[in-house]
Amino acid sequence: MSHATTVRDIPTPAPAAPKPGLSSRSLPRLAPLGFAVAAIVLGVGLGLAAGWQSRVQWGLISALFFLVISYVTTSVVENRRQARDRLATSLVWVCFLLAVVPLASLLWTTVSRGSERLDGYFLTHSMAGVLGPEASGGVYHALIGTLEQVGIATLISAPLGLLTAVYLVEYGKGALARAVTFFVDVMTGIPSIVAGLFILSIMLIAGLEPSGLMGALALSILMIPVVVRSTEEMLKLVPNELREASLALGIPKWRTILKVVLPTAIGGIATGVMLAVARIAGETAPIILLVFGSQLINTNPFEGAQSSLPFYIYEQYKIGEAASYDRAWAAALVLIAFVMILNLVARGIARWKAPKAGR
Amino acid sequence: MAKRIDVSGLSAYYGSHKAIDDISMTVEPRSVTAFIGPSGCGKSTFLRTLNRMHEVTPGGRVEGKVLLDDENLYGAGVDPVAVRRTVGMVFQRPNPFPTMSIFDNVAAGLRLNGSYRKSALNDIVEKSLRGANLWNEVKDRLNKPGSGLSGGQQQRLCIARAIAVEPDVLLMDEPCSALDPISTLAIEDLVGELKERFTIVIVTHNMQQAARVSDRTAFFNLAAVGKPGKLIEIDETERIFSNPSVQATEDYISGRFG
Repeated sequence: MSHATTVRDIPTPAPAAPKPGLSSRSLPRLAPLGFAVAAIVLGVGLGLAAGWQSRVQWGLISALFFLVISYVTTSVVENRRQARDRLATSLVWVCFLLAVVPLASLLWTTVSRGSERLDGYFLTHSMAGVLGPEASGGVYHALIGTLEQVGIATLISAPLGLLTAVYLVEYGKGALARAVTFFVDVMTGIPSIVAGLFILSIMLIAGLEPSGLMGALALSILMIPVVVRSTEEMLKLVPNELREASLALGIPKWRTILKVVLPTAIGGIATGVMLAVARIAGETAPIILLVFGSQLINTNPFEGAQSSLPFYIYEQYKIGEAASYDRAWAAALVLIAFVMILNLVARGIARWKAPKAGR
Repeated sequence: MAKRIDVSGLSAYYGSHKAIDDISMTVEPRSVTAFIGPSGCGKSTFLRTLNRMHEVTPGGRVEGKVLLDDENLYGAGVDPVAVRRTVGMVFQRPNPFPTMSIFDNVAAGLRLNGSYRKSALNDIVEKSLRGANLWNEVKDRLNKPGSGLSGGQQQRLCIARAIAVEPDVLLMDEPCSALDPISTLAIEDLVGELKERFTIVIVTHNMQQAARVSDRTAFFNLAAVGKPGKLIEIDETERIFSNPSVQATEDYISGRFG
């Protein structure tokens, strides 16, 4: 039978493999969710069966199962190309989850443990006369310290960084600009303890006392390169056509920069400064060296020891009592909230100042 | 107001690369002079030397003389900022300032130069917008951002911005190349009106446009890619388009180029 069929087929040239239609078998839209559930069940099952303790291990096994299941199922049901596509998508998802899980866990732990102690009393009282094991005391002195030190550091760094970036983008050329760029890059990598030691050596040479100002100086060493870099990028984004349009109106270069270039970039610049503030708000090393730490409220950043939020966390953790752990978590929550509020403010400014295209 | 431009022996460089070579020509006041020629032949570069915008480009350098009614723009002690107040410019792509309203865009030149009377500002803005045939379209939304206008309106806004500082000469670098035919027509009509008050130089790739708007036409060409551009000839537009004296001009205009 089959022989006859073959013979009959010979005269007509075998038609080229029929072109597949545009539609083919495909998995339902929610299939990845199914794969994920199956992978988790398998991962947990395997973990329980093998008696592994670590949940992290379970998670990683499940992630691996997820990749394998989605690739194999798709290549069977659909085709190789779809399978590779699915594999890439799944990898992106897995990596995203791997990145987000620690972050969410950190945030959850800080919020749940920090909120136990965080209240009005905690925010408005210092640690004056509070012994380690006592469940009272607060973060007020550290909050004041952080606000003042970071504030002074910003007052120093924002103008310096902004003007340096303006120089680099608008004026700088040749060896000097290259040198400035190089040193800014090097400064970005300075460890905070080195910045602290640098100011400490100056402090010792000049015979100065530890104070909030000294800490702020070290923080501004860390902050300036960040501000320069972000501002530089923002200024480079301003189209050259705007500069030329302004110059062609007979507007001097400095006014062009002040009235056209900077206003166009101000949203991005503000965001950059706020991110730099967020970065230095968590620095501990320079504070330990230069501000010394204190249990008392000292609102004068120019004289005497102060505290700061990261230093306070470190100090409370070191005490090692249940009450002090609670205070450390609460202070960590305050610090995270501080940085988050700054970020929101920066976003608000960026949105408010962004060039509008409305009609 | 309108001034005559006398260029003699002008060469412009980008670093060590010579972009245009030894150009001499006269641009008559109260007339429209069009520059035509293939891409890369130095029309725009030459235009930018006329208000000292060429030196804004890194490595930009100019040799030769540009006389604006007997005053050399490249003479010792001449302030490029003062030159640019006298010789205004409109660019290829509309570029209103995105942070400013329509009103502020037009007022920008005066405000940022610091040379204006507050009471006169409203009048100047209205006069400039009327001069650019834009007043009726925007008079109800002067406080809205300039970037919200259509492309053709934005370009007319840029022209209003340029004429608000009352220059003597207006340079236009392919002002219609990013616009549709209707907006192009609006700008061409505008050029015809503006030449009553200004000396206008316009770079264009559109030969019909050169024929429509200009009184005199200059043809630029370059010997080969990488060679500096040269002025081939400048004459009455009618002569250039009917009976040019150089064969290369005729070849270019009739499309038999290269």
